[in-house]
Amino acid sequence: MTERSTTDPHQAALTLRDLVVHGDVIVCTGSGGVGKTTTAAVIALEGAKLGRKTCVVTIDPAKRLADALGLAGLTNEPSRIEGPWPGELSALMLDTKTTFDDLVVKHAEDPDQAGRILENRFYRNISSALSGTQEYMAMEKLYELHEESDFDLVVVDTPPTRNALDFLEAPRRLTRFLDHRLYRIVTAPTRGILRAANVAAQSILRTVSKVVGAEVVEDAVAFFQAFDGMEQGFKDRAKHVIDLLTHERTAFVLVTAPRHDVVSEATFFAARLHDADIPVRALIVNRMHPHFSDASPTATRERAHSYAGTDLGGLYDNLADFLLVASREEDHLRGLAERLAPAPVVRVPYLRSDVHDLDGLYEIAHHLFDA
Amino acid sequence: MVIVAGKGGVGKTVVSASLARAAARTGLSTLVIEVEGKSGLSTLFGQPPFDYDEVVLSPGGGPGGAADVRARTLTPDDALIEYLEDHGMSRISRRLAASSAVDMVATAAPGIKDILILGKAKQLERSFQNDLIVLDAPAAGHAISFLRSARGLVDAVRVGPINAQARDVLDMLTDPARCQVLLVTLPEETPVNELVETAYSLEDEVGVSLGPVVVNGVYPPIEGLEHDPDDAAADAGAFLHPGESHALRAAARFRLDRMELQREQLERLGGRLPLPQLRLPYLFSADLGPEHVDELATQLLDGITSLAELAGGAA
Repeated sequence: MTERSTTDPHQAALTLRDLVVHGDVIVCTGSGGVGKTTTAAVIALEGAKLGRKTCVVTIDPAKRLADALGLAGLTNEPSRIEGPWPGELSALMLDTKTTFDDLVVKHAEDPDQAGRILENRFYRNISSALSGTQEYMAMEKLYELHEESDFDLVVVDTPPTRNALDFLEAPRRLTRFLDHRLYRIVTAPTRGILRAANVAAQSILRTVSKVVGAEVVEDAVAFFQAFDGMEQGFKDRAKHVIDLLTHERTAFVLVTAPRHDVVSEATFFAARLHDADIPVRALIVNRMHPHFSDASPTATRERAHSYAGTDLGGLYDNLADFLLVASREEDHLRGLAERLAPAPVVRVPYLRSDVHDLDGLYEIAHHLFDA
Repeated sequence: MVIVAGKGGVGKTVVSASLARAAARTGLSTLVIEVEGKSGLSTLFGQPPFDYDEVVLSPGGGPGGAADVRARTLTPDDALIEYLEDHGMSRISRRLAASSAVDMVATAAPGIKDILILGKAKQLERSFQNDLIVLDAPAAGHAISFLRSARGLVDAVRVGPINAQARDVLDMLTDPARCQVLLVTLPEETPVNELVETAYSLEDEVGVSLGPVVVNGVYPPIEGLEHDPDDAAADAGAFLHPGESHALRAAARFRLDRMELQREQLERLGGRLPLPQLRLPYLFSADLGPEHVDELATQLLDGITSLAELAGGAA
């Protein structure tokens, strides 16, 4: 990291708009169901409104971003969304398998090697079964868009993974897999490693064969052998991806809802990001309940009890319910907000309906950027 | 066995806890199985976190004569070690787990982690040590692939113990007398859409039998919200503080609005998915604990009773 000065646009105490104006990459992270996809779309839209050439990458399998943008059929390549903004807005839906295939083709020594890998059954399973692959490919796509196209700002939504570590470690995870002893061992025959190692490998492979069948193991061995020679390219690339993620022009934005369990998870994310030396540049809290008055929930509940059985009693009960929720929400957020200070906390109220068009995105943009 | 599934944030764990509590109250000794650590289930029962080893979350006995609620976590790694040990491969099991070969095996045969967990759950079911097993399934889209793993593996791995395991699991999943899936949602647009999609893919692709849909977070009605606070105060002979009238009105408007939206979504859900609904109230106290689980358990039992009456009346 370079030294920070007051003019450094990457100092944490920036508004969300500053991040959109000055950042290269914005990563929206948080647990599932908190509105990450929509938030990413709104941030990208703001970029376009501010004249930047923006692309948003969504990973959500529910295709909700496409709904939000009123666009069906987003593909793995950016497609342009036309609208009344001075900049540009493009969107794409991550296709893990295609992204991985492209990566294999890029790193293969020749089309034969690429073909052998792409046809291997073990390889075909990787994109759906090796945990962390989706996250890795999301980051790979982000890197590709950042390095190889001329977007000013790339906004990326993250998969609703259980923990931030999976996500941050995704690129490392596959390379570690390739570094795996078993991989070394099964590719050893072509390299003439000591026979003793082979005996150990054979014993593990035999056990695995007993459990899952010999066919499956043969596929895996064939994959590793086909992959031989490509792993360095993959590792170098993964390192570049990590560098981009930890670069100061990359801003991580944590998205949450104000519920206790969700805030706990967000706090956990924040801690993991902190451990990885990645600052959270803004906390976005979706679905906040309104704050109807400054009265105390307890006093209001007492009033409800004194007028129990009347319409006024009902009205007080209801107000007490919402005052309680609002104060609890603030209680839940306090610790997280303090931990992330000076990053701004942006609150977005409960909306009347789900977002499925640009107007809906504009409404959220108003809460994110104008409040 | 009841498998509780739904996307993240819909209160799946609270529903699992309440269901277990409700079952225990009717005298069924119940085991809750967690498959993703750190769900907060132990907190809901006011207990310390638990692990692979079984713990008692709420003991039976007492005036109601309830049964135990017990819980444990199942992880693929632990299940694999146990599986290998049970199959005479204990010598290699630790080494395999330590070398993280599980990752390679899991990639070689997708769904194997899920089948290890489901296989263990099936073994627990077949042990008949519990009257009911509640399995808190993984969140989001994982629930479908989790339950689909058995069918996938039956095709992918044609022979050997994994194939046998997958067949046994599939037998359990597709036998309505042994296993039902309870889907949980919120009365909101996106969760309802996703629930309907999940319901049809589970029925078509896995062949499981679906129990009632649990709709969590339904606003309970309150009397008097349609009335103007000033009139209501006059009727009750009360004086309102400055600003109070406005706050009361805005809060009433907000709840009525949301109740209306929820009603629309509940209707839409009913229209798109012909399954009975069990509705659980929105709880305004944000920190849920044992007393809330008990309250929700009561609501579930009431709901189940009225569904049974409805079914009885229709027959």
